[in-house]
Amino acid sequence: MREKLLNIRKEAEKSLLEAIKQQDIERLRINFLGKKGKLTQLLRGMGNLLPEDRPVIGQMANKLRSDLERMIEEKIEAIKEKEKLERLEKEQIDVTITGRKKFIGRKHPLTRTLEDIKSFFIGMGYEVVEGPEIELDYYNFEALNTPEDHPARDVQDTFYITDKILLRTQTSPMQVRTMEKRKPPLKILAPGRVYRSDAVDATHSPVFHQVEGLVIDENITMGDLKGTLIAFARYLFGQDRGVRFRPHYFPFTEPSAELDISCIVCNGKGCRLCSYNGWLEILGCGMVHPRVLEMVGYNPEKVGGFALGMGIERIALLKYGIDDMRLFFENDLRFLRQF
Amino acid sequence: MLVPVKWLKDYVDYDMKTEELALAMTMSGTNVESIKTLGENIQGVVVGKIESIKPHPNADKLRVCFVDVGGENALQIITGAENVKEGDKVPTALEGSQLPIGIKIKTTKFRGLESQGMMCSAQELKLETKNLPDEQKNGILILPENAPIGEDVKKILGLDDEIIEFEITTNRPDCLSIVGIAREAAVTVGGRFKFPEIVVPEGQGNISNETRVDVEDPDLCPRYTARLIKNVRIKPSPIWMQQRLRAAGIRPINNIVDITNYVMLELGQPLHAFDFECLNDKRIIVRRAKKGEKLVTLDGIERELDESVLVIADSNKPVGIAGVMGGENSEITEKTQTVLLESANFNSTSIRRTAKKLGLRTEASSRFEKGIDPNIAEIASNRFVQLVEQLDAGDVVNGIIDIYPKPLKPWRIKMRPGRINKILGTNLTSEQMEKILNSLGLKVVEKSSEHLFVEVPTFRKDITREEDLSEEIGRIYGFDNIPPTLPKGSTTFGTQPSHMVKADKTKDILNACGISEIITFSFISPQSFDKINLPKESPLRKVIKLMNPLGEDTSVMRTTLIPNMLSVISYNLSNRQENIALFELGRVYRPKSLPLKELPDEYNLLTIGMSDDKIDFYDLKGVVETLFENLGVTPVEFNPYKHPTFHPGRTAEVLINGKRAGVLGEIHPDVNDAYDIKKRVYLCELEFDLIAEQSELSYKFEPIPRYPAVERDLAIVVNDSVLAKDIENTIIEAGGSLIKEIDLFDIYKGKQIPEGKKSMAYSLMFRANDRTLTDEEVNNIYNKIVDSLKNKFNAKLRD
Repeated sequence: MREKLLNIRKEAEKSLLEAIKQQDIERLRINFLGKKGKLTQLLRGMGNLLPEDRPVIGQMANKLRSDLERMIEEKIEAIKEKEKLERLEKEQIDVTITGRKKFIGRKHPLTRTLEDIKSFFIGMGYEVVEGPEIELDYYNFEALNTPEDHPARDVQDTFYITDKILLRTQTSPMQVRTMEKRKPPLKILAPGRVYRSDAVDATHSPVFHQVEGLVIDENITMGDLKGTLIAFARYLFGQDRGVRFRPHYFPFTEPSAELDISCIVCNGKGCRLCSYNGWLEILGCGMVHPRVLEMVGYNPEKVGGFALGMGIERIALLKYGIDDMRLFFENDLRFLRQF
Repeated sequence: MLVPVKWLKDYVDYDMKTEELALAMTMSGTNVESIKTLGENIQGVVVGKIESIKPHPNADKLRVCFVDVGGENALQIITGAENVKEGDKVPTALEGSQLPIGIKIKTTKFRGLESQGMMCSAQELKLETKNLPDEQKNGILILPENAPIGEDVKKILGLDDEIIEFEITTNRPDCLSIVGIAREAAVTVGGRFKFPEIVVPEGQGNISNETRVDVEDPDLCPRYTARLIKNVRIKPSPIWMQQRLRAAGIRPINNIVDITNYVMLELGQPLHAFDFECLNDKRIIVRRAKKGEKLVTLDGIERELDESVLVIADSNKPVGIAGVMGGENSEITEKTQTVLLESANFNSTSIRRTAKKLGLRTEASSRFEKGIDPNIAEIASNRFVQLVEQLDAGDVVNGIIDIYPKPLKPWRIKMRPGRINKILGTNLTSEQMEKILNSLGLKVVEKSSEHLFVEVPTFRKDITREEDLSEEIGRIYGFDNIPPTLPKGSTTFGTQPSHMVKADKTKDILNACGISEIITFSFISPQSFDKINLPKESPLRKVIKLMNPLGEDTSVMRTTLIPNMLSVISYNLSNRQENIALFELGRVYRPKSLPLKELPDEYNLLTIGMSDDKIDFYDLKGVVETLFENLGVTPVEFNPYKHPTFHPGRTAEVLINGKRAGVLGEIHPDVNDAYDIKKRVYLCELEFDLIAEQSELSYKFEPIPRYPAVERDLAIVVNDSVLAKDIENTIIEAGGSLIKEIDLFDIYKGKQIPEGKKSMAYSLMFRANDRTLTDEEVNNIYNKIVDSLKNKFNAKLRD
């Protein structure tokens, strides 16, 4: 009996060694451990043993059974592992083939630019407001210290609908509309469409977009205007950007200035973009004219502030290096998909 | 304003490069647009004197000249020109010199004789030839007799100069003159300003014996001065004057006209010279034109005038449009004997209106309409006669007629230095401010501890209140010297209104759906409405028209975004673009009544357009549903709809909460044809304001279901005309709250299904929130649903 057990162990170990596939193991298990398996059969003959031999042989047989089970288990694991590795080997793919992309639509570059501008000013505590594009002459000109026959009106060729109603030439009427409705302190940002009767070319469009900013409070100075706009220009065009304030004229601010940034192409050395003077104008600004404050019923001795206005197209042209205004309104997908 | 640097230097001393001056001027408020160097391309051309001329031994048409250019030997130069004679001084291009027409001069042989240079024509130097004598137009340019031999011709021709172009803002008409710029330059760079020294020459007779002037409308003509010049000798003005005029952008004509222009550029006062002999009764009347009165202006165009136009007239006819342009009937010609010189001041508004009305903007009108100091009129007149004398252009008659009933005097402004510092954010002392003001010619005439009284000279009409002085002080002190700060004070909140937040979100969602944004013009062609097939009575045809559109194509304000969307789709298809998926979120303008009496309503519309071989109606509808779902817009309905722009069988009306939100469908083939579109286009136009209003973006947690769902399939056969929406509503109605999802997974027509019918297969999901549903419960509901469908639609269950 003892010998038989040893033989079974030997035979099983040999078969295990020879097994390659999972089926081989299964067969092996049935062969030794199944109901009619060799070990099972052998153990059935335990009854014929001498009573004193039984515990020893029994122990041996049990040990053999558990050893076989363990070995079979280990062999199965090993085979599984091997088969997995073979499968992985076969499943190799060419990872350099282009993936299946999902197409995300694009925002218009003007929208993107406006979002940039808005996020700066909202962060600085400005409230975004909107107003009508078809506007009264009063708000577009008169209340902005530009009465009829003022020479500054010539600079802005206006589309008229009636004698008194026009397409706004600037977002500045929103200064007046907001001040009429509310009391200081005010920090507003008014983006929107504006119109001037310029024929379409690379640098002109009869429809374009502006953003107006207005701050009214006690003790606002030109220094505050400068600080705000320097921060803004550097937010948009980089921390090292040169910024300068050049005196200018607008009827509704006094003093008035234009803000130039150092040229984004040549950094001030002079190139075609900046007409070889190293600077690019990006916006107009100034301290709100007391006449404008008086017209909305504010007392210019008590409150004052600054206003700024910029063309979104201008900023976008510079920011994205676009060389033709017409591209914004042609809506060529080959253009739109670049942003 | 074009300013030749040499001319400028007559009135201001400074010692720096033009670039440095330009930068300083820009930073003090007179923006420099460009600097141009004259004669840059002329190198090595000098004054030569022709000492002798001999015929060429080998050529009949050539001559051999010996030209003294200041060197040891005269140069031998061969020429074909016929207009030169011995003793003439001519521009001589030496060996190695460069001409602006792109030629480099080398010694060359002509028919065996060496030519050691070239005598130049005006054309070869790229000079204006219009005022040259005929023989010089095609021949060699003859220089003045006193030109020094060997001198660079650029000096003689005034080409050794730079021209600065300044941008003059409308508030500074005083800077539309060389003197005005010089005054600014002096303040800016600390140089000395020199007003031209004007001496009125002693003349003959007296003007008051020869003519008279009457101003009938002193409101429109606050000042009128006149002088007379007799024995006028019309000829070209000297080269230096011609060059200065040309450099400043004005074409030389003859000495008298040139002097008027010269003085205008120098002092900013437009002058006009009349041929005195052409004035009926030898007098001037400044009056309004009579209705229907006509005048041929100097540009040869007949102008019809009316009472709004101020004219200069003689006793029976207008001879000029005041401040705008003179009349042909009194033009200075070669025959002119006596000149009446007008130096006047006209009302800026009146000139502006007249120039606009006649569509005639001139150097004079553009100055008058911005406002000119009336006190300069007499000075300019004096300057004119001084130059007439200097150029020997005629004999000055003594005296000036000067009608100036209300002389303009300097005014005073009270200025508080503390207030100025408060505006600028500076800490300037009163003395610093005073110094700046004085340098600008603004005199501090009185001061106390609190304030200064500043007297403003009459040429600075832009300065009328304290804030104007803050700008003067700020810009001369230098804006760049003001320390940058941030506003201190009350807290304000950075926000944007809800509809703008929703607009941003909408754009994000549509982008995520693969749709790109377009932006188009707000005005469209009135023909667009025909192109999109709108009936005559459509309210969208009630459009706001522009009075002065750029063209018919952009003449009315849009009431729909569809035409622009279709144009953009068509444009991109024609560029062979695929996967077209675009949206525009923009305004339309709907009048309350026409013609406009009040401001119209401006609405925001959202238009989405898609065109691609791989998509259909349901792709677009899916986008809209996705948008609504993500914006929290509910409940939404889509109902079959007829709209002339769209396919009659593939169009839905969109309702949000029962309110009409727009239309969605496939574009009608006729409309496609109108836009030359060959592919199917799916398009929707939605009222964005309603979407924004109905959008509920607050998020609230609901527990995740804890009990399993039961699914059942349901396939029925119904008539083709039965709508999915009605079937689904019936299922919900019959199924009650345990129905959680209804998914139409198949629609089938064809084999096994009778003609005119369709099979619709749904997967239904049932679930309770508080228990696991039993088969029996589900079967009961399912049977109820089937019964309902049978009753309502005569539906047959398909096995």
